[in-house]
Amino acid sequence: MGPLLDSILSPEFGFAIFRVMTPILFPAIGVAISSLAGSINIAMEGTMLISAFTGVMVSYFTKNLYLALLAGLLAGVIMGFLLGYFHLKLKADIILAAIALNMFASGSTIFMLFLIAKDKGTSISLRSLVFPKVHLPLIKEIPIIGEIISGHNILTYVAILSIIFVYFLIYKTPLGLRIRAVGQNPDAAESVGVDVKRIKLYSLLISGFFGALGGLYLSMGYVSWFGRDMTAGRGFIAVAASNLGGHLPLGVFISSIFFGLINATAIYLAPLRVPSEFTQLIPYVTTIIALTLYSIRVSRKKKTSKSEV
Amino acid sequence: MDKFILKYFNAIRISIAITIGVVISFFLIFLISKNPGASLSYLFLSPFLSSIRMENLISAASPIIFCGLAIAIPFQARIFNVGAEGALFIGSVTGVVFAIVTKMPPLIHIPLTLLVAGLAGGIWGLIPGFLKAKWNTSELVVSLMMNYVAYFFGLYIINYYFRDKAAGALVSLKISTSVWIPTLPFFSRTSWTIVIALAFAFLVYFLLYHTTLGYEIRTTGFNQHFAKFGGINVFKIIILAQIIGGFIAGVGGMTEMMGIHHRFNWQISPGYGWDGVVVAIIGRNHPILIIFASLFLAYLRIGGQYLNLMSDVPYEMVSVIQSVIILLITAEAFLVQWKERITVKEAERKEISHGTTS
Repeated sequence: MGPLLDSILSPEFGFAIFRVMTPILFPAIGVAISSLAGSINIAMEGTMLISAFTGVMVSYFTKNLYLALLAGLLAGVIMGFLLGYFHLKLKADIILAAIALNMFASGSTIFMLFLIAKDKGTSISLRSLVFPKVHLPLIKEIPIIGEIISGHNILTYVAILSIIFVYFLIYKTPLGLRIRAVGQNPDAAESVGVDVKRIKLYSLLISGFFGALGGLYLSMGYVSWFGRDMTAGRGFIAVAASNLGGHLPLGVFISSIFFGLINATAIYLAPLRVPSEFTQLIPYVTTIIALTLYSIRVSRKKKTSKSEV
Repeated sequence: MDKFILKYFNAIRISIAITIGVVISFFLIFLISKNPGASLSYLFLSPFLSSIRMENLISAASPIIFCGLAIAIPFQARIFNVGAEGALFIGSVTGVVFAIVTKMPPLIHIPLTLLVAGLAGGIWGLIPGFLKAKWNTSELVVSLMMNYVAYFFGLYIINYYFRDKAAGALVSLKISTSVWIPTLPFFSRTSWTIVIALAFAFLVYFLLYHTTLGYEIRTTGFNQHFAKFGGINVFKIIILAQIIGGFIAGVGGMTEMMGIHHRFNWQISPGYGWDGVVVAIIGRNHPILIIFASLFLAYLRIGGQYLNLMSDVPYEMVSVIQSVIILLITAEAFLVQWKERITVKEAERKEISHGTTS
């Protein structure tokens, strides 16, 4: 345990937490917004894949980072729209439609990857761009803290700022109020003239937008290429993170840091004499345990509030 | 004609969804292939062109049937457990380990190994089932995470304790011939696995539609509150549906090892659990329809493999087609306007013919 403890206490470990947290925080924000409106978006896995792929390919063909960002975001919003269209307009069960979209994303990205890169594994052969790293002035001079906080990919800072943005969106704007109203009581919202379907669609579009940012970070920041099924369940871990955080901005942030911590620990365990199969299953086992503990708490709360009534 | 459409509306709807999927594949092939005619025939005709390929098709359908049933039972109770992949994987690992360490005559060894694999799969279904029933933990997320856990944990067991060091690849030791599932008479490579799969399909049909448990599962799926008021132990049903599902997936995975590979050789998760979701949706969770949906999917798979091998179109074409098909099938309102128009027309006609007498 000695070497592990040393590496966990190093600033690099703190840095790694933020690095691995980012691709969970973005989709977790997306899931949270859709959940607040009562239509949970579990197509995050597929949304991230499609956006990660689109970003890499557009940056490869155009060599323009802004176009790549724009195209990736658009792809994510379209995924949100598709889910909304099938769920709200064509009355598909939202979970089944999301499963179908996830399959579509996995299959179509590999399909296109092969057509463009002649490779079904990764896009390493294509020279695509990445988002820049940002060194925060002044803060980077502070010992330890500077090493942890400064020098991240710009999208990591965007993710943290998104928490503040979402806080304002949810609590300080009319749209946020409607989203919460629709999620808590759609009939009541309908009765005061809120277009429930429209609000749910907006929430799915916003969630697609944040899922897209998560995907773009994965392929254009976390690594510099697209790989088949590279999301590796992060879209689903994000669902757990959103649940744990009660679908609220600060809660989602804290639970994402928690999952970042677990993932970073798993990464740091890897070079030690632990079978890699074991370290790789840590994030998934932790997700199950954390989600279970959370739901135990919620069900206890429900029981006590019922008995009070 | 109108009456016919109303009566078979669901079947027609599914056929139209499949047709749209196929048309999209035509379109894609014409778009990207240098020789679209040949590519199309690889995809759609080649599975029928030799008896070996037909047999491959049947063999490919068996694990999909198992997983389709494994998914359909919890889906019937409206439990979104998608853990068939994990149950299949862990069932196969456990079954292979059991088959390696025990020695018995085939008549006992085969059923006992299948039972052990099934039980391991059942435990895999029990965990999300219990968490859902007890604390309402999302069975979807838990079963998904369990898929990853099964995969990494299973590989750990095989690679560290039962690896065949003499083999070039990462595979387990061979299982003894006493657990091999033999080939069917008159067939060159199709094993009895398909018969076991069909037997399970009929058993599940009987279970769902002719037993109290099946009635309770379907009622729970129809309306949980209604089921509770009707005196059904929903807690028990939610758990049982997932245990039975996991059991069937575990058995299905093990039959692959016993009928084809004769050792554990999956270094990547085979994806049958997801195929199971596809066929459960296409077959609308009905065991008999799942058989046909599985044959259809296996047909696309075999065609896709030849397409991949012989032409410039990649295999993942098939995943695109199948996801479009299930997306359209899950869309409850897809074509419903058309149905409503016919219903109205039909009603008006009846009104006119009865109108004079009343």
